[in-house]
Amino acid sequence: MGRFEIIEMKGTERLKRGFAKMVKGGVIMDVTNAEQARIAEEAGAVAVMALERVPADIRKAGGVARMADPEKIQEIMDAVTIPVMAKIRIGHHAEALALEALGVDMIDESEVLTPADPYFHVDKRKFSVPFVCGARNLGEAVRRIWEGAAMIRTKGEAGTGNIIEAVRHVRLVSENIRLIQRMTDEQIYGIAEKFAEPYLRLAIEVREISGLPGQVLENEPVYEGHTYRDIVEGIYKILLEIKKLGRLPVVNFAAGGVATPADAALMMQMGMDGVFVGSGIFKSSNPPKMARAIVEAVNHWDEPELIAEISKNLGEAMRGKDIAELEVRLEERGV
Amino acid sequence: MRVGVIGVQGAVSEHIEAARKAMEKLGVNGEVFWLKKREQLKGIDAVIIPGGESTTISRLMAKNGLFDKVRELGEGGLPVMGTCAGLIMLSKEVIGATPEQRFLGLLDVRINRNAYGRQVDSFEAPLRLSFDDEPFQGVFIRAPRIVELLSRKVKPIAWLGDRIVGVEQNNIIGLEFHPELTDDTRLHEYFLMKAL
Repeated sequence: MGRFEIIEMKGTERLKRGFAKMVKGGVIMDVTNAEQARIAEEAGAVAVMALERVPADIRKAGGVARMADPEKIQEIMDAVTIPVMAKIRIGHHAEALALEALGVDMIDESEVLTPADPYFHVDKRKFSVPFVCGARNLGEAVRRIWEGAAMIRTKGEAGTGNIIEAVRHVRLVSENIRLIQRMTDEQIYGIAEKFAEPYLRLAIEVREISGLPGQVLENEPVYEGHTYRDIVEGIYKILLEIKKLGRLPVVNFAAGGVATPADAALMMQMGMDGVFVGSGIFKSSNPPKMARAIVEAVNHWDEPELIAEISKNLGEAMRGKDIAELEVRLEERGV
Repeated sequence: MRVGVIGVQGAVSEHIEAARKAMEKLGVNGEVFWLKKREQLKGIDAVIIPGGESTTISRLMAKNGLFDKVRELGEGGLPVMGTCAGLIMLSKEVIGATPEQRFLGLLDVRINRNAYGRQVDSFEAPLRLSFDDEPFQGVFIRAPRIVELLSRKVKPIAWLGDRIVGVEQNNIIGLEFHPELTDDTRLHEYFLMKAL
């Protein structure tokens, strides 16, 4: 019976990435209380993101946006049977540990909150709970995957109800993947070196302050015990996998600006695995109806007659903002 | 052989891939496709209901007419396999369901939805199979638990220690875990043999 001894493994890469695979083809909705969470669940959301305020209100409120009150998150966890996610500030290891201890199903290390670390993201491999991270381009996506993110989402521009930035980010990632597929492995190694450069920022800044030349040593750990060369090798491996697959090796959702069923369908048509909807549902005039419509649009993204039908009489979508009028660009946080 | 993977939400492509590999190993010609519309059920030989969110899958299957048709075909002997959320969909009784949720009732088992807890409790462990001596790596993600077999027609096919984690009832197979997240196609092969 030795071979059948129960040796349980938890928090493996397969379990973390596997969790993300189970939400594919679905809609993850921002909610701020138990009632909204139940509306989302009933509408067919695959998960909810527990927040104190939706991004549009975070934008309006200004100040420092932090991890939500765990009491609030717990209230939402108790209200629904579907997975519950919650956000931490970029690089805030202690908020991540707290949410893991609370038992949330996935952590979003999010630019929507005010960043905590000006240099680095959390080392997500050290956690059992899976993470999702935002990315504007392939470099950001690959760095987050190397750090252990089990899922990637576009950053878009949260709280605007404006899809243009999400479209930009999908295009930048897809185009870069196509470019890599035309390159030799040697050329790809060069890209890996470029993509690993942001990990050097702290080491270089320290040298500048000390009046030293900006040359980082080969054997010098620059991030969580890893040397620059370790990171390049890790990123190179991920890039080769991307070359082979023709897509990111983890589940990839759209986020940041999805406000209508047609927006959601557009993201699916562009090859995304699903969508996050932040302010788009509970800032619309009829949230239950809008929620159901977006779930159906993600399901029927390739059936235009149905998208037309689904889009009828939804009331007013969220008001929306032109990107040029914004005072704060959330997407620029955390490279 | 024509095999459809219910494609309303969840880990659909992983099952398509696994079923294709299983067919190849069995030396069977055929196609595995993304099943979204009721019309695609015409002339089908087997159906797989993947993992995902059972509340979402239930809602969308009812909405697009797949629910009634799959139940009818399953009752008539069509091989149907469900994994995780798919097992919930197949079951007769479900503890912890939401009021709106509907189930196909093709498998005489009582299930406790999300019985293993939240994602931090998700785990992998080797399982024992009824039809093969080699262990099978079970991947349990926010898994449902089979708490009771409701008729003698239900036979265990996979165990975790001495607990039943996979069952069959003639043409129906239900698994708490995700064979489609491993490279091991033995359970897919076992299932597809029902359609030969």
